[in-house]
Amino acid sequence: MAKFEKANSVGEWLDQRLNLTAFNKVMMTEYWIPKDINFLWAMGVLLATTFSILIISGIFLMMYYKPDINLAFDSVNYTIMQEVAYGWLFRHMHGVAASVVFLIIYIHMFTGIYYGSYKQGREMIWISGMLLFMTFSAAGFSGYMLPWGQMSYWAAMVITNLFGGIPFIGDALVVWIRGDFNVADATLTRFFMLHVFLLPVVIMGIIALHFYTLRVPHVNNQDSEELDFDAEAEKYLSGNKKESKVIPFWPVFISKDLAVMGIFLIFYFYLVFFHYDFAMDPVNFDPANNMVTPTHIYPEWYFLWSYEVLRGFFFNVGPLKAFDIGLMAFGFANVIFLLLPFLDRDPKILPAHKRPKFFIWFWILMIDLIVLTVFGKLPPTGTNAYIGFAAALSFILIFLALPIVSKSDAKKRGDV
Amino acid sequence: MRELKILAVVVALTLITYWGVEPFAHSQMHPHVDAPNYDFAQADKMITAENVEKAKVALENAKKSDDKKAIKSATADLTNAENFEKDTNAFWATTKEAVSDKGNVANGEVLVTSNCTACHSIESKGFPKVMDDASAAAAYGVVPPDLGTAGKLYTKEYLAGFVMNPARASKVTHKFVDGRVHPMPGYDWMQPQEIADMVAYLQSIAPKTMTDKEVFNNACQRCHSIKYGDMKGGTMQAYTPDKDIKTYMGKIPPDLSQYIKSRGHEYIHELVNDPQKHLEGTAMPRVGLTLESEKQVVGYLEEVGDSKKAQREELGPKFLIYLAIFAIFAWLWKSKQWREMH
Repeated sequence: MAKFEKANSVGEWLDQRLNLTAFNKVMMTEYWIPKDINFLWAMGVLLATTFSILIISGIFLMMYYKPDINLAFDSVNYTIMQEVAYGWLFRHMHGVAASVVFLIIYIHMFTGIYYGSYKQGREMIWISGMLLFMTFSAAGFSGYMLPWGQMSYWAAMVITNLFGGIPFIGDALVVWIRGDFNVADATLTRFFMLHVFLLPVVIMGIIALHFYTLRVPHVNNQDSEELDFDAEAEKYLSGNKKESKVIPFWPVFISKDLAVMGIFLIFYFYLVFFHYDFAMDPVNFDPANNMVTPTHIYPEWYFLWSYEVLRGFFFNVGPLKAFDIGLMAFGFANVIFLLLPFLDRDPKILPAHKRPKFFIWFWILMIDLIVLTVFGKLPPTGTNAYIGFAAALSFILIFLALPIVSKSDAKKRGDV
Repeated sequence: MRELKILAVVVALTLITYWGVEPFAHSQMHPHVDAPNYDFAQADKMITAENVEKAKVALENAKKSDDKKAIKSATADLTNAENFEKDTNAFWATTKEAVSDKGNVANGEVLVTSNCTACHSIESKGFPKVMDDASAAAAYGVVPPDLGTAGKLYTKEYLAGFVMNPARASKVTHKFVDGRVHPMPGYDWMQPQEIADMVAYLQSIAPKTMTDKEVFNNACQRCHSIKYGDMKGGTMQAYTPDKDIKTYMGKIPPDLSQYIKSRGHEYIHELVNDPQKHLEGTAMPRVGLTLESEKQVVGYLEEVGDSKKAQREELGPKFLIYLAIFAIFAWLWKSKQWREMH
């Protein structure tokens, strides 16, 4: 055991036992970030903030929410919204943050794709990030069901039904997931557990993993320049701050994050107070009714693109049923982003504007995702169905084209 | 500069997506309907004419397709639409005289008390309910309204029209076919002057002002509950018991507690003014409310369904001012930190 001497202050006492000074250096003041970044690199801290808002507001909501199909709707819309002091504030904060968190995740994700931050040594950052996205999706979906509104109910019905498409075990799996032959009280109670306990704990674990994956390869930068972090840090510590290409996380990097956060919070609280309904489907203010199907069933905006991939294939091909083709495409859409580091065959890390074909590929992907999102909400009839089909098919082709596109860029540069 | 460009791209993509999934999708999924019109005779004239036009177009299309069955059903639809237009216009024409005549309140009192109080109460004038709500609902299908407030809630034209032919005025003739009749008999056998007298009497006994809640009690609560209006006391239950209202309307009319959120102001105005516009074939009658009463109904729905609106609007600006100050200080600190870096 180390030798302990009498400490002269509380700080020193703690330092002897917890090594706070060293911890602080590693985590904050000597955790090096490239200087060449823009505000898009603040999305990570925004996500951490939004997630904290979700946890804290969620704890308050949990004090009054009742996970019982006879009480759930009223406990949210009456008890929390009208009886509890400032319950409405916590609910709106939670509801709006649940939607905004996905907007930031998407910005964060496409920033990574644009600047090539998933490549060569940063694969684990990307993969842990995509795992976070998946867990957030599960958390978002399980949470959406809790108010037991009409759209909650039917969304749960549609999504749990999807598992029925899995060969052999499908039907039994659906019953197992629901805990009943129908979406019912058992389903609500288990989704409550998933939403307030299991998934948040998993998310926190993956967040820790995601942070850890950054430590070895370090954060990427605007020009995707490869930095010798030790040498640059040396420069910074010797006082040559202007020449050094890195900055410490605290206080320099975080000062920019906080500035961006200031703007973000204005936007976020504007929504909370004056436009909370952008994140709440009006249909969900009707209590769940298993006898009446809503005219249109659609998920929240952040799932619309993959929902459209699911239903884009609306006709049978030979022995394959439309439902099964859709389900396969849906499965493809949900794992393909995870494989991105391995589909990109360019051996160099470069931002998209320095890879001409990849640049076009990137913007086609963005346009396709927006088309899928918009048509995912519209009724799938007439022309809409064909546009949806074209966009869903394009989505698959776009990813199949990536190895060719990225390799062709590298060839032209003479890197392969 | 570069960061502003990136910000512009991010904002533009976000707004395009937002526009697509909100206003655009909404316009595609919820067809536009004509604005509320409180001149019911004129409103009906326009709508029935539109329906005849639509039926004509449908017949043209059916003829083009050369499908005999389709032509036959389209022809039948057109005949129905034309007959409906004729009957509706004829009905409002017969009410004209009653509406333009100056009513005699004293005579109206005699007529109302001798004709109406067998079923309707007028509590303010000493005519109590003939039976309790459950028995009345069992007898008539739905609890009959108290007539003390009718003169205030409904337009004069509507009152005259309703007395003469309830199903036609409230646009639920489709419900009363195959021998089924509206629980209130029509009084179109009376002289127009007598109808005018009764309307004048009802208007004379109506209160000058009513609270939003009272309007709701009188205009909506016979069929609709609004649980959150009195969650613990339970007094905002529909007057007609569930079993009876289900038989009468075909289903239990929805609880209106959250309607201000699930439907919004505009939709409720359009729906109350003419339920058929949004819900074709619905059993809900056109209630015949004046613009003022209708606003009071919406006001009550908001009071119940969005009770914290005032608090939200009061607290919001304070939050935003605090955050603006936070943002300014954050930017100043950032500038200070980064000044040393470049």
